[in-house]
Amino acid sequence: MTAVFLGIPTAPAGVGNLRGDRSFPDAARDALRDGQLRANLGHATTTIRGKRAGVVAEVPDWAELREAGRAIKAATMARLDEHLIALEEQVTARGGTVHWARDATEANQIVTALVQATGATEVVKVKSMATQEIGLNEALEAAGIEALETDLAELIVQLGEDKPSHILVPAIHKNRAEIREIFARTIPGVDPHLTDDPRKLAMAAREHLRERFLRARVAVSGANFAVAETGTLAVVESEGNGRMCLTLPQTLITVMGIEKLVPTWRDLEVFLQLLPRSSTGERMNPYTSLWAGITPGDGPQDFHLVLLDNGRTAVLADEVGREALHCIRCSACLNVCPVYERTGGHAYGSVYPGPIGAVLSPQLTGVEDNASLPYASSLCGACYDVCPVAIDIPSILVHLRAEHVEAQTRTTPEAAAFRALSKVMSHPRLWRLAQRAAGLGRFLARGRPTLPAALPPPASAWTRTRDLPTPPAKTFTQQWAEEHGS
Amino acid sequence: MSARDDVLARIRTALGTQQPPTEVARDYRTTDDRPLPELLDVLTDRLEDYQATVHRCAPDAIGPTVTAALHGIPGDVVVAPGVPAQWRPAGAIEDDGRPAVDLTAFAATLTGVTVAVAETGTLVLDASPICGRRALSLLPDVLVCVVTADQVVGSVPEGLARLDPLRPLTMISGPSATSDIELQRVEGVHGPRTLLVVLASD
Ligand code: SF4
Repeated sequence: MTAVFLGIPTAPAGVGNLRGDRSFPDAARDALRDGQLRANLGHATTTIRGKRAGVVAEVPDWAELREAGRAIKAATMARLDEHLIALEEQVTARGGTVHWARDATEANQIVTALVQATGATEVVKVKSMATQEIGLNEALEAAGIEALETDLAELIVQLGEDKPSHILVPAIHKNRAEIREIFARTIPGVDPHLTDDPRKLAMAAREHLRERFLRARVAVSGANFAVAETGTLAVVESEGNGRMCLTLPQTLITVMGIEKLVPTWRDLEVFLQLLPRSSTGERMNPYTSLWAGITPGDGPQDFHLVLLDNGRTAVLADEVGREALHCIRCSACLNVCPVYERTGGHAYGSVYPGPIGAVLSPQLTGVEDNASLPYASSLCGACYDVCPVAIDIPSILVHLRAEHVEAQTRTTPEAAAFRALSKVMSHPRLWRLAQRAAGLGRFLARGRPTLPAALPPPASAWTRTRDLPTPPAKTFTQQWAEEHGS
Repeated sequence: MSARDDVLARIRTALGTQQPPTEVARDYRTTDDRPLPELLDVLTDRLEDYQATVHRCAPDAIGPTVTAALHGIPGDVVVAPGVPAQWRPAGAIEDDGRPAVDLTAFAATLTGVTVAVAETGTLVLDASPICGRRALSLLPDVLVCVVTADQVVGSVPEGLARLDPLRPLTMISGPSATSDIELQRVEGVHGPRTLLVVLASD
């Protein structure tokens, strides 16, 4: 059963950041030519892989935690409507206001109107995938409201007029020297002797943001988790920018995908172990903030929770693909992915890059709008192995490829080639003829181990991204016949 | 149809009538049976690993230990209203509920905690009188937390079980930090750059 068949809308085009303007292979080709990018990515992902492996190995019951995490998410999805209603009741009972948004456009309208009602013209933001997904900053800007990203990596991206390239560390594609250059160029009054020492860079960000935190009247955040039975929301962070935003302003607006909730308070005991070790490779992240509605005399006195669909219900309709909604955005699958490590996040075109992006983005938008992403993988399975909630990403990729192929009304050269191949392979006489024809390949290769990439179309579409080995001088059957007699 | 009804209707359509079983096997560890002295050592080790400074003392020596820990830090100390008198350093000012941003005037904050999780080196503050409001442990640059042995548990599940999910909670594991530059951890960003822990046990 698919969402299309059931009439459930996917995330609309023309708003937000789920679609790239180029296909993955096209964007990846450019990224692969950028040696600095590859060096930065290789360095950062190697560092984090080592840290993650170390702190995961410390936990003797990791497999049991992982299974519990998977099962809790599956249980949540199975009763998603009931849990959302419970969450709404609890948040409302504690003085918060709950809003529902069918899609990005509606969510942006709700948040913009809420900010306008306060009279504020600037908001401070905690890093949030959901608000990036819907393009909230752009929508606020169009309404004359400045949105200031306060997470260090988000700030680097915003100041550099760049795009995020990683779920957890959006500026992972920049090294310390490049970050220093961005700060020196864009932060007013920054120390001209600023060095590229990470500590110095972090201090420069602290100085730059301090005043803005203290005067902010409105904050916008995402949420890592929401507990249905208590109305408790959780934001997991490191720098304290999240605490600043969640504590100091009068008004707090939290935008959360409907899949982020867990049924019970107790469920957090699983995720607060799985998430930090999988994401930053720490036993626990420096700060986790939890709150339920408003507390008189402590923190924001006006709290709004915006529950966002934007294609999630369409994902839920796919019995195989819905597992992608279990994702807790730890980014471990990005850090181990050989494709991501080489192309970086921008090539995926969506705010969700890497293996999870390759299964989530096409489902949120409808596979035809991100048709190249299910192919942006070698299906090596490393993502599945590290995923703290055991999402079987390779299986979903294959499932989406099948869906994409079935949706093709026109036969692609690739499909035609495979159809022809299957015919040839099932007829021995044709097969021998074809093998003899392959000898032609040896002539083209002129002694090199692989065929030249510049084959004429349509074959070039295949060889551009793959090395075809030069055919051997003799086929296996010829050799067998010579050595053993036929 | 309202957006709410629309989204809920979509969910019901997507799920169909056949809902999968929702059993959750909790076969992971929910208790930590290590003896208390060992847990206190683990907590100390984990806190120090993330660049917090730990001062261990006897329960009747908390006050002098706090004073010694704060030695050399110039500026005023603010304490959460519920902090016992004998813990407070001389001249400390009790949080009087002034506008939160004015707390930046203080150099250091002294609070208690609700629970401490040894395995992860995590302190939890729950906005009770002894922990103070959230801004108190956020704005001054030095945070001093007093932990008593009875507050220390081994594991995350035991820690969460002791908390009230309706209170504003802050879990603190070391001073503020960032991993945003080349994925290397750097301590000290927007939250307190120094975390001092006074761990009291017999
Ligand atoms: S799919 Fe799994 S590994 Fe990847 S970000 Fe989500 S939770 Fe982490």
